[in-house]
Amino acid sequence: MKLIFEKSIPGRGQDIFPACDVPVKLPEAPLREKKAHLPEISENEMGRHYTALAKRAHGVNDGFYPLGSCTMKHNPRIDEKMASLPGFTKLHPLQPASTVPGAHELIDELEKFLCEITGMAGVTFQPAAGAHGEFTGLLMIKAYHTDRGDTERNEIIVPDAAHGTNPASATMAGYKTIVIKSNENGTVDIDDLKAHLGPKTAGLMLTNPNTVGLFDPNIMEITRLVHEAGGLCYYDGANLNAVVGIVRPADIGFDVIHMNLHKSFATPHGGGGPGSGPCAYKDFLAPFAPGLVCKDGKNYERAEKSIGNMTGFYGNFLVMVKAYTYLLTIGKDIHTVAQNAVLNANYMQEKLKDIYPIAFDTTCMHEFVIGLDPIYRATHVSALDVAKALLDYGIHPPTIYFPLIVHEALMIEPTETETKETLDEAITAFREIYEKIKNAPETVQMAPQTTPVLRLDDTKAAREPHLRFDFD
Amino acid sequence: MNFPAELKYSKDDEWVRYDGDDAYVGITDYAQSELGDLVFVNFPEVGDEVTAGEPLGDVESVKAVADVFSPVTGVVLEINEDLLDDASLINSDPYGSWFIKVGSISETDDLMSADEYAEYRGQ
Repeated sequence: MKLIFEKSIPGRGQDIFPACDVPVKLPEAPLREKKAHLPEISENEMGRHYTALAKRAHGVNDGFYPLGSCTMKHNPRIDEKMASLPGFTKLHPLQPASTVPGAHELIDELEKFLCEITGMAGVTFQPAAGAHGEFTGLLMIKAYHTDRGDTERNEIIVPDAAHGTNPASATMAGYKTIVIKSNENGTVDIDDLKAHLGPKTAGLMLTNPNTVGLFDPNIMEITRLVHEAGGLCYYDGANLNAVVGIVRPADIGFDVIHMNLHKSFATPHGGGGPGSGPCAYKDFLAPFAPGLVCKDGKNYERAEKSIGNMTGFYGNFLVMVKAYTYLLTIGKDIHTVAQNAVLNANYMQEKLKDIYPIAFDTTCMHEFVIGLDPIYRATHVSALDVAKALLDYGIHPPTIYFPLIVHEALMIEPTETETKETLDEAITAFREIYEKIKNAPETVQMAPQTTPVLRLDDTKAAREPHLRFDFD
Repeated sequence: MNFPAELKYSKDDEWVRYDGDDAYVGITDYAQSELGDLVFVNFPEVGDEVTAGEPLGDVESVKAVADVFSPVTGVVLEINEDLLDDASLINSDPYGSWFIKVGSISETDDLMSADEYAEYRGQ
């Protein structure tokens, strides 16, 4: 299909508004030398353009979306509806606090809900995304150590199964990342952890359940060991969906955590935001929290030894409105989210494990990982091929080639919002693909055949990226 | 799979070719084959120190990004700028595609011979 720039005709545009008849005189200095290349297109054509794009895309509304570690679940429409109320959308962050008590009450109540879920003492809503929350939490850990005069701690321990954001955030916060190994069960290798703990340990970052979908059975020992070495424990809330309402990160020894409101709590994600990655912390870290907080409906306060501002104002407020609505709607049944997420993942794993090699064959949490390596060695059908073949079934592929500790990984997270019928259809698709791998592997290697574009050359795309439209 | 006898090999799949007191370092045929089509490499700069067993940079394929570990401790004398322009050279000629040349070598990891490495990787 043509790009919108290719459809542009000079002089064409919408004709609903009359031409501006007010003389506009702008100062010369900031003006562009050349006119910006804005597409000129009628409203009708523009509508068709975006509809055509939407038809070529795949979202949760189109079909199953088991993209592991991403929790691509259905977000209830009521949350969008509440977030579009003009009383929320028309607020301005510079309004006096006394004119927006309702918004502050919502933030305070949401903070209470999230404290109840995590077991923490306070929450900052400033971080605008998960990794931003990690960065915030690490800066709070750093401020805590520095405040105690403990300035030799410059290492953050991260397991080799971690999300890539963990070492990135540690580096951004000025720490050295120490990678520790996973054991043969896919969880933290306690001996390797012990070997790397010491007077330089500022903290540990851990996702639990981890990226292979396993809850670490030694979690109490892990957090105890880190604390004994003088470090703090950071909980990456990426997989909170698996334990929400059942396990509180504070109770298993974590000191600070981020959550992805745009993932676990009902904001559609994957499209580039806005997101919200609030950071929840135990009481002793409260003096270091970022931003300004309004607790009495009138005045703003800054924490005593605040790390500063992580973003302007309060963070992405409308994402908070959605999370608040979601939590009010689900209420005390929040644990059923985790239960159904775990049940759905185990159901799929059980129905596939006789043919597909499961990386760590045990009861999983919200996701599980197929290690296709033995099949790849025997047939040259790769995880990428299976992912592409799923497209012909109208299924978004799972995450592939992650976590790095599993070769030819396919990481499947069905989420709690899928029906048994949808899971059964996906299981059938996986099983049919397996039959093709055995009988006609080339058909899997040539998939997809029914999508608007067929197999793309991702090597060429990476080696010769063509990222801008060439106007001239 | 090709493991030239004149090279030494690390358990992290790097090769070392000695040139007097200096050493060229690259990744093995096995490593490039496991990673698949390489699209990007990340090097230290000339004059940087590298440490045996620590990452000297990374390589990126369409599948993943992987650290490249230095088999020696020393100072970077040269980097192979050709690879910055075209990482596919590593796929087509892994032993011609040295990453860095290291001098002032003070320490070396336990390295394997070609036969030992082939056995280690089950090839």
